[in-house]
This record gives sequence, C-alpha cells and structure tokens, in this order.
Amino acid sequence: MISESIGGAVAPRAGGNRMLWLAVVAAVLVLLCILSVAIGTREVAWADIVAAIGGREDTIAQAAVAMRIPRTLLALLAGAALGLAGAIMQGVTRNPLADPGILGVNMGASLAVVVGVAWFNIASADAYIFAAVLGAGASAVFVYAIGSLGRGGATPLKLALAGAATSVAFSSLVIALVLPRNDIAGGIRAWQIGGVGGATFERMSHVLPFLVAGFIISLLSARKLNSLALGDDLAAGLGERVALARAFAAFGAILLCGATTAVCGPIGFLGLVVPHLCRLLVGVDHRWLLPFSAVAGACLLLGADIVGRIIARPAELDVGIVTAFVGAPFFIWVVRRQRVREL
Amino acid sequence: MLSPIVEALTEGRNRRVRRYRFAIAVLLTLVAALFILTLSLGQSFTPPSDVIRVLLGKDVPGASFTVGQLRLPRALLAILAGLSFGLGGVAFQIMLRNPLASPDIIGISLGASAAAVFAIVVLQLKGPVVPVFAVLAGLGVALLVYGLSYRNGVAGTRLILIGIGVSAMLESFIAYILSTAPAWSLQEAMRWLTGSVNGAQLGQALPLVLALAVFGGLLLSRMRDLEALRLGEDTAAALGVPVARTRVLIIVAAVGMIASATAITGPIAFVAFLSGPIAARIVGSNGSLLIPSALIGATLVLAGDYCGQFLLPGRYPVGVITGALGAPYLIFLIVRVNRAGGSL
Repeated sequence: MISESIGGAVAPRAGGNRMLWLAVVAAVLVLLCILSVAIGTREVAWADIVAAIGGREDTIAQAAVAMRIPRTLLALLAGAALGLAGAIMQGVTRNPLADPGILGVNMGASLAVVVGVAWFNIASADAYIFAAVLGAGASAVFVYAIGSLGRGGATPLKLALAGAATSVAFSSLVIALVLPRNDIAGGIRAWQIGGVGGATFERMSHVLPFLVAGFIISLLSARKLNSLALGDDLAAGLGERVALARAFAAFGAILLCGATTAVCGPIGFLGLVVPHLCRLLVGVDHRWLLPFSAVAGACLLLGADIVGRIIARPAELDVGIVTAFVGAPFFIWVVRRQRVREL
Repeated sequence: MLSPIVEALTEGRNRRVRRYRFAIAVLLTLVAALFILTLSLGQSFTPPSDVIRVLLGKDVPGASFTVGQLRLPRALLAILAGLSFGLGGVAFQIMLRNPLASPDIIGISLGASAAAVFAIVVLQLKGPVVPVFAVLAGLGVALLVYGLSYRNGVAGTRLILIGIGVSAMLESFIAYILSTAPAWSLQEAMRWLTGSVNGAQLGQALPLVLALAVFGGLLLSRMRDLEALRLGEDTAAALGVPVARTRVLIIVAAVGMIASATAITGPIAFVAFLSGPIAARIVGSNGSLLIPSALIGATLVLAGDYCGQFLLPGRYPVGVITGALGAPYLIFLIVRVNRAGGSL
C-alpha cells in the first residue's frame, strides 16, 4: 500500500542533492517574482517598473505595475498554501490522488462563502474567511465519510470519485446561488474558477493570520505524517496517536485551503501536481517534502498566473484555468497508474 | 389448453407489458401537459384554445407573436433537447452498466460544447456546420476517455475519474475561448457551461429533429442488443449479440444525439445523468428504459425551463435548475453505491 501509493516508482534517493534543489527552486522563485512584476497585459518599460517598485504611481504604466505587486504576493501565498495542503492531504489519506480541488474541499469553501453571502448576508472579509474555513472542513469530513463507506475503506479511487462528484455537485449549486445575485463580489466566475487578479494588501491582511496558523500547524505535522506513512498499525506501535495525528495535520490543511479559497476562489489541481514533483526531487521524508511543496507550489502558481496574463492578451486568464489545463492531464496519468480490481 | 405454468407466465408477461405501456402513456401525457402549460402560461395567460389555433397556423391577434414566436420555439427546443439527452444518456448508462458513466459526467457533452464554442467564436461558423463539428468532437472525446481508461478492460471507476479529468480541461478550454471572445456575456457563458434554451428560434429545431430521427432511430433499432448488453458482455455474446459492433453503433448514435443537442442548447446539466435512473425507478424491469428515459429528459428540460423562467425569483437558464436538482442526486448515488460495496 505504501510503496504503491506514496513511494511507487519514486524511490527515495539519497538526500545529498536536497540543498542543491532547494537553491534551484529558490532561484526559480525569485526569477518568477521578477517576471510577475515585469510582465502583464500591458507592456511596461524597465524604468517605470523600477519607479513603481519604489512606490511611485505617476503614470498609468507605473500604476499597472503597482497593482502587480500585491498580485504577485497573493500568488506566492496561495501557491504555497495549496502546494502544502496537497502534500498534507496526500500524506493524511495516503492517497496519491488527493488534492484540495479534487477532494472537493476548495469547492466546499466556495459554496460556504456563497451560501453565507446569499442567505446570511455576511459581508466582512473576516466572515468570508470563517465561512470558507468552515465549509472546507465540513466538505473534507463529508467527502472522507462518503469515500470510506463500504468495502475496503477509503481506497484512492473511491475517495477521488467521491471528491470529484461532490465538487461537481457543489459547483452547480454555486452557480444556482450566485446567478441571481449581481451584487456578489467578483460575479459567478470568481467562485467557480479561482484567480489572483484584483488582489489588494488590505484583503490579504485579513487572511494572513489564518494562513500563518495553517503553515505552522502543517509544518509541525511533518513528523506525524512520516509515522503515518508506515501504516496505521506501525505508527500506533511507534507511539503515535493515529487519529489525533490525522486530525491535527488535516486541520492545518483545511485552514490553508479555506483561507486561500476565501481570497482567490477555488484553484484546483495545484495541490495534486506539486507534491508528486517534489517527491521526485527530495524523496518521501515529510520534513523535507512539506516545505519544498510550499515553495514549489508558489513557483507553479506564479508561473501559471504569468502564463495566464500572456496567453489571452488583451484579456487575461484566471490562474485556475491554467492550473486545470496543466493539472488535469497529470491527474489522468496518476489515475491510469492506479490498479483497480473490477469487472 | 395450456398448462397453468405457461398461463401464469403469459399472465405475468402481459401484466408487465400493460404496466410498461401505462407508464409510457403517463409520461407522454405529462410532456404534452407541460408543453401546453409552457405555451399558454407565461408572463401573460393565453387560453389553450387560442394556443391550439396558433399551432394550427391560424392568425390570432395578440397570441400569434407570444405563442408562435416566443414560446413555441423555446418549448419545442426544450422537448427535443430533453429527448436527445435522455435517450443518449441512458444508452451510455446501460452500455457501461453504471449510472455515473453518463455523457455529461465523463466529458462528452462538454467536448461537444467546447467544439461548438470554438466553431462559433474562433472559426465564426454558423448554422448546421456547428452541430457536425460538435458531433465529431463528442466522438473524439468519447474515444479519448475510453482509450485512456483502457487497461486490461475498462474499469468503471477509472473511466469516470478520467472523464472528470477531461471535463476539467474542457471546461477550462471553454472559459479560455470565451475570455478571448470580443464580447464576454454571462448569457453565452452560461449556455456553453450549463445549458440554456434562451433565445430559441424555430429554425434551430430542424437539425435536432434530423439528428433525433437518424441517431435515435439507430439506437432504438438496437434496443434488443442493448438490453442484452445490460446483462454483461459475455452473456450478450452468448445470446448472439455482436458485442463490439453494437457497442460502436451505440456510442456513435448516443454521442450523435447528445452532441447535436449540445451544439444548440449547450450541455444542459445532469439531464442525461438523471433521466435513466428516474426511468428505472418508474419502469423497473418491465421493459426497455430507452423511451421512458427520453420522455423523462423532455419532462425535466420543459419543467426546469418553466421553473427557471416563472416560478423562482429571478430568471435562471434551465441548466442551473437541472444542475441544482442533479447535484444532491449525484452525491446520493455515490453514497448508495459505496455503501452497497459493489463495483462502481
């Protein structure tokens, strides 16, 4: 089970290269940050970019660049949160198909916010975030409960199917709720397909405490996830309280997903791809895997956002569209590798 | 003089046939009643007698425009699309022996929708070319999903998950195409993502009637073979059904219908998925599910569109209503299948 679901073809190699990879990923991240500020739907001269970073907003070009700075920061945060949440979910469920998008957690958060706005008139940023975290938690429990019904418990395919179906169902409920409400911020697309456009420092400041708490809890759970990877019996034998460890790690992931979705809307597939790639680079030790997934997730989301700004000029593409395009084939590939005993 | 056993068997068979015919008669009446209701009661009331005179081609002042130009095309399109989705959906569900394997979940409807959007927005095509395009794309997606999920036979869960993955990509593709379109309108976006019969015109019904006649006829002519496939591939082969050929024919026919309807109304959410199981509840094992499921599809779209137009605060396209209806059922189905522990 473990070798199939987590190790697989990816044998943990010696960790000597880890520092090297860390440096490489960090360099890529810095490069992407520079690109993200420099590239957009409007072409801006370097002098203006430098001026805008210095805080000047005299020309339209400088103002455009000034808007890219919070956007870049939000992409970094959201990417790191989703990458990390994906790694945790794969560890907690020991399921290579786990991802906050596929398991319906992001869409659950989205639905909760929409329900809150439409029925309970919530309006403040904090209320959005609470609703989103609540929705993320509820749908995680819901999907896990459905997926583990019946024979064999929560097998990867059953869990993924339960999550994907729940996600489809929630998504059509979101449309039904949002459509008659022109006043719901960002309109219908924002709650169906996530994006980081329109980010402001003000909105981010509300979500930051949740993200920080989520990051801390998640990173602290690395050792527990390592024990869980050995299988429940062995982990219990090593003195780990299995259920508690799962709940602790999952709570961190849910905080991250909920808070991210409250600001960006549901972004799928990122949390699926990132941990798989990171396992190739640094192996299966969660103490390395988790931070790496966060940094790589930030890279991937930032890269996807930059691509989305270039590809559909003069319009721009929400980053959730780009990640689905990259992530869905990856998802199919992982599904194909799963062995199913059926028919 | 027949033996009592034969007599009892004949009696049972006759009873099942009677029940089946009764169910179909009820469904037909339901569709007809909804059709008349849609035509006569909208923002204003038109007496059914006037409606019938308009349908017969007479010129009725005040009613000719509302009924003939506004309500009739819409109701007609709703019925035709509903029939296509219901029939095509249940064919897939029976053939793959899995209610989740319906074309709107495994990405075939979205494939047709993506092709239609591409043809209209990027290639600037109009008219009957669009459905042809959509049918080809639908077949392509069906082939792709089937091929990707093939590994020592096609396993149901894998097929569905891969279909969902493909759907996610297609949805992104549609969103991308629409975002490059000169005028992004929510109306259009909703049509291609969840389906709608807004702005229906009488001319649009013709390609649908044609598709329904050709592909629907093909499907109904294979009804017996399809029923045999329901028992499993080996049993069907033993009963003398050419399994591979039947399968190809059914896929072509079902995709043809679904894609032609999608090219005009968009992929009306969950109608293909819902119709079959509802039909199974009503008809049980008394007869083939094809015709009842088609009629239920028509009922769902007609009733959904009527609700979306008049019964709710605010106006919704029909896909939103059927989507909200189908969502809880989808979850319920997963719960039931998982609990039963059968192979999904």
